[in-house]
Amino acid sequence: MSGGAIVQPQSKTAVAEERVVRYTFQERVIHWINGISYGYLLFTGLAIFTPYLAWMGTVMGGGGTIRYWHPWIGLVYMATIIQMQRMWRSDMVTTDADRQWSKNIEHYVKNEDDQMPPVGRFNHGQKQFFWVMFYCVFILLVTGIVMWIPERIPRSFHWVLPIMVFIHSAVALVTIAAFMIHVYMSIWVTPGSMKGMVEGTVSSAWAKTHHRLWWQRITGRKN
Amino acid sequence: MSNGTMEIKAISGHRGGTPGGGVYDQSDGKTRSGTSRDYDVCKLVDTTTCIGCKACEVACLEWNGYDFRDTTFDNTYQTMPDTAWNFWNLIRFNEDTDADGNLQWLMRKDQCMHCADPGCLEACPADGAIVQYQNGIVDFNQEHCIGCQYCVTGCPFNIPKFNDQTKKVYKCTLCSDRVGAGLEPACIKACPTGCLHFGSKEDMLFEANKRVGQIKANTSYKDAGVYDPEGVGGTHVIYVLHDATNPERYGGLPRDPRIPFMVKMWKGPLKWLGGLGITLGAFAMFMHYVRYGPKRVEGEEEKKA
Repeated sequence: MSGGAIVQPQSKTAVAEERVVRYTFQERVIHWINGISYGYLLFTGLAIFTPYLAWMGTVMGGGGTIRYWHPWIGLVYMATIIQMQRMWRSDMVTTDADRQWSKNIEHYVKNEDDQMPPVGRFNHGQKQFFWVMFYCVFILLVTGIVMWIPERIPRSFHWVLPIMVFIHSAVALVTIAAFMIHVYMSIWVTPGSMKGMVEGTVSSAWAKTHHRLWWQRITGRKN
Repeated sequence: MSNGTMEIKAISGHRGGTPGGGVYDQSDGKTRSGTSRDYDVCKLVDTTTCIGCKACEVACLEWNGYDFRDTTFDNTYQTMPDTAWNFWNLIRFNEDTDADGNLQWLMRKDQCMHCADPGCLEACPADGAIVQYQNGIVDFNQEHCIGCQYCVTGCPFNIPKFNDQTKKVYKCTLCSDRVGAGLEPACIKACPTGCLHFGSKEDMLFEANKRVGQIKANTSYKDAGVYDPEGVGGTHVIYVLHDATNPERYGGLPRDPRIPFMVKMWKGPLKWLGGLGITLGAFAMFMHYVRYGPKRVEGEEEKKA
């Protein structure tokens, strides 16, 4: 699946703007279940990670409630990220063009996008973000299960508990770094992308600017 | 033992100072976080005079209001394999042989050691779920417990036990309610052989060392010694052992218990590096926006402010 399909210009707007479908309904639903569950995991996890952020846990139910739900919501999060991998597998393949893109990342950071090679449906940064979140979830799962039911771990294996907690926290911090960039990019740096994930469509010009190869493919145009 | 000694010394997951913390030391005029030795309480368990009668097990249950659990027979006289959330005091029956091949019955009263540097408190993220009093007692407050069991992770003695129904963790309180009222713990009161003693840490260490000297002078146990492990800052439950060189013989008493290294790393560097990273990262992103702003879409005019 790769989005696509041109939406007819809406006649009720003053200046008709051509829009293209960026994400299907299914993609959006999966993304937002994933995003909301991540938000819950983030708040409750940080609350248990450091007492300075205990207020985050209070907002999410507090005390034993967040400890009870964190692992279950974690499973929801994992299920949706696996579904994302099924949906976007072909779009997330790293290509030579991606490596070229990453070499020029400095221009991208400085908003000199005209000096960047054209990208497909996702740029290399988005792909790397996806794979970081995808692989981290399995580390979080394995360490998280041990932390979920430590009372079932035999006494002779208790030495793994602190290691599991440490890895769980450290890997979670890696996902937080990635997540912060993801949120910053979508809300502030690339206006219009949020509309793509909420309503499903982006302007044709947006697609042409940020994802030219994908835009060419779905519209069949060169310019 | 006055109520003054039950002032709080440290609180789990607690930012800032502790209420009532700080003890003025007359000798050098400095205010300390409250480790005046006069206040430290201590339980002394002399394994050389324990007869395994289990009066302490029963007294513990009676005072703390728990029913006697089902026992498990595993070919020893031990009541059950391990302590439990509602069974905090267990006499471990260890059949062993000494250097000459003679049978030894090493009985050890297993309960919370009330470490001076408690791993459970270090690991606990819930504000006020674990407190350490000025007198050294480490106590769990179940109403603040969130059931994460990080205390299990931090404890080198495998003491905190989880109750699956209440989703809380429980352990020996050193009868903090009795001690606060000037009484000795229930197990001490019940012991018929005088193998259990209770008093200040200083007095108990004196008693323990006196007993060790006695054993060495009058018996063949030349390796007798006191168990007061330094790795956790000393404990408020100390043992006299016939063979202090091999504490493992007494039902898995760790030779050099410490707060696990990974708990220290997780509660120390990882916590502040993580917090710093998130804060600086958010600030860096904001500065990036201030410097470069949003990406423009080709052919679209900039929105008028």
